[in-house]
Amino acid sequence: MTSGRNSRKPADPMSLAPETIADQVAAAGIVGMGGATFPSAIKLNLGKRFKLHTLVINAAECEPYLTCDDRLMREHSDGIIDGVALMMQALQVNTAIIAIEANKPEACDAMAKASAAFDGITVMSVPVHYPMGSEKHLVQTLTGKETPARALTADIGIVVHNVATANAVHNAIRFGKPLISRVVTVSGGAIASPGNIHTLIGTPVSELLSFCGGYVEEPARLIGGGPMMGQPLPETRVPIVKGSGGILALTDREIASREAMPCIRCGSCVRACPCGLLPLEMASRARVGDFEAAVSFGLMDCIACGSCSYVCPSHIPLVQYFSHAKGALTEKQRKQHKQEETRRLAVARTERMEALKKAKREAMEKRKKEMAAKKAAEKAAEEAKRSQAGA
Amino acid sequence: MNKPDLNSAPVTSAPYTHEKTSISRTMLLVMLALLPATVFGIYQFGLPALFIFVLTIAACIVFEAVCLVIAGKPVRPYLLDGSAVLTGWLLAMTLPPWSPWWLAAVGAFLAIVVGKQVFGGIGQNLFNPAMVARVALLIAFPLEMTSWVQPQPMFSSGAPGFLDALAVTFGGHVPPAFDAVSSATILGYVKTELGQGVALHDVLADNYDVLGLATGSVAGSLGETSAMLILIGGLFLLYKGIITWHIPLSMMFTLALLAGIFHLVSPERYPDAMFHLMSGATLLGAFFIATDLVTSPVTTRGQLVFGAGCGALVFVIRTWTGYPEGVAFAVMLMNAMTPLIDHYMKPRIYGRTRKGEPIQYKDEAEVVE
Repeated sequence: MTSGRNSRKPADPMSLAPETIADQVAAAGIVGMGGATFPSAIKLNLGKRFKLHTLVINAAECEPYLTCDDRLMREHSDGIIDGVALMMQALQVNTAIIAIEANKPEACDAMAKASAAFDGITVMSVPVHYPMGSEKHLVQTLTGKETPARALTADIGIVVHNVATANAVHNAIRFGKPLISRVVTVSGGAIASPGNIHTLIGTPVSELLSFCGGYVEEPARLIGGGPMMGQPLPETRVPIVKGSGGILALTDREIASREAMPCIRCGSCVRACPCGLLPLEMASRARVGDFEAAVSFGLMDCIACGSCSYVCPSHIPLVQYFSHAKGALTEKQRKQHKQEETRRLAVARTERMEALKKAKREAMEKRKKEMAAKKAAEKAAEEAKRSQAGA
Repeated sequence: MNKPDLNSAPVTSAPYTHEKTSISRTMLLVMLALLPATVFGIYQFGLPALFIFVLTIAACIVFEAVCLVIAGKPVRPYLLDGSAVLTGWLLAMTLPPWSPWWLAAVGAFLAIVVGKQVFGGIGQNLFNPAMVARVALLIAFPLEMTSWVQPQPMFSSGAPGFLDALAVTFGGHVPPAFDAVSSATILGYVKTELGQGVALHDVLADNYDVLGLATGSVAGSLGETSAMLILIGGLFLLYKGIITWHIPLSMMFTLALLAGIFHLVSPERYPDAMFHLMSGATLLGAFFIATDLVTSPVTTRGQLVFGAGCGALVFVIRTWTGYPEGVAFAVMLMNAMTPLIDHYMKPRIYGRTRKGEPIQYKDEAEVVE
């Protein structure tokens, strides 16, 4: 491993206890920077609950347009590798794989060069195939192992972190710098001069857009994130957040949206689905409100990657159907939960009131008895007195 | 129940980009793939074939438009999707080239109205519309549907002129000068002769011409004649990704396998695999009819089963029933099986076993807790 890890100098971060690294990462406010923004410290503590052996660094960056990770790797490879080594220390694993899509040869070279001195860290080039960045699919590509449904990759001994997160860990542990900035891709056909901007968290999108020269034409959609899974931005007076990998201003041509036509059962979506689902069947069930049937075709295993909608010749917004169905099901579950809770509380209240009444009754009876006993005792005492006096 | 209409709601969900694809593009590519065989077939059978081709498609468009109006659907986008044109085109490919005009009109009605629109229009039909029409016509008008002619290439001395061609298509009779050209297809001929106890060897002696079947200089429908051009069109569809190899290959393989086995057992009674593959509508069926997107299974495993079923049924129908050709029946029977196949042949969900349970690893990575 690294020379630093065996060093005895107390100031060396590589000799920090795993919990300390995780604590400092938490204190620096670091979250998964691939977009999910899950607190990284929790994932760095997974070693306590699972037997881990490998850290996978997700640098696939599989969504079109986004290049922020690519630039980061080209320009800050040493920092990233240091962050990876720190994360390995936190997770107590000896192997790390950095997965980069094959269409980023410069990033691959830079990372391979920076990691050359570390035996445990390898850089692997993965096929350019959306959704390579989905962590379960990435792990399968790298190790051949499939993560069981409803489980974490940690269940098969692997933890996945984003490459920008590794850089943030490096900055936090080495320099005590909290996560206050990130690289954001500003792109799309409507942007005058697209690029990757190192941006402070909280910068308004409008400012970022004007920094990139504004629009050359009115965009049809403004999106936060990538075109496949991003969120539409209703306006530009919103801030850059920790998970903002990209701001895309797409033109009509790029969106290529059309009126939805009926499904012709061509099966394109079935072939495109990376999870082995039947999107057309799920959509037809969701459409008529039969959400349970949609679940039986795999709705809950859907990762919302958008591959099915992308290839659909009828331009059916399949992902929208699925989001709708998932939302409706969650709402139903919540309602049911609320109902059950209400019933439970009501039952508990009745029981409590019964118990209270019973206690009251018992207390009263007890008092009555006591009073009676007291009276009897007084009477007895009086009689005793009288008989004494009489004697 | 309060149900939001998701189809008319503005799309607020990713993805915000799309492959350059549409139903009309798919249909256009299929037509493009059919074009070489069609042009050659029309050349072979002359002007009457051209009239029937145009008539069938025109009638399909008219019936489609009428149905759309009655159903209250927008006419323009649905007509422009090209599905009605393609249905007409495929039907025309299976009609005898010198059919009378009304056969085309009735066929178009059966295909579009009975085969497609009463089910709810595009994407809803259980059976391949062109095959519904073909089978219904074959049963209702057996004589007209089996009146084949020898090729009379355009501009050749034997080709009918414009007026003669009009007489063939619209006059209801073949001019006496062309009486001699009527002929049976090779499948029909073999069936008849075998039925009379003639040995296959003698039947095929001077009638079986593989080269003729490949190039298309034989009697038959437009789509049945040039095996080679149909194959080229099919390969083009495979290359363009409109169809996958599963249905055509499993259909042809099963047919060839069964034919090969029976031919080995009794060569005097059963024609060989090549004969089955090259004659009749085998190739048209394998690449253009059975692969119809709407009426075939959606999963690859399902498509393999579907294709194999089609191949086996074609062999069974050709060999042991009264009909010399069985592609249309076979495809329709398998169309009826499609929902069942789709039900049982689901793909395996990621992270789950085929039964739907999460996969389990025995010895690795136990939870420490």
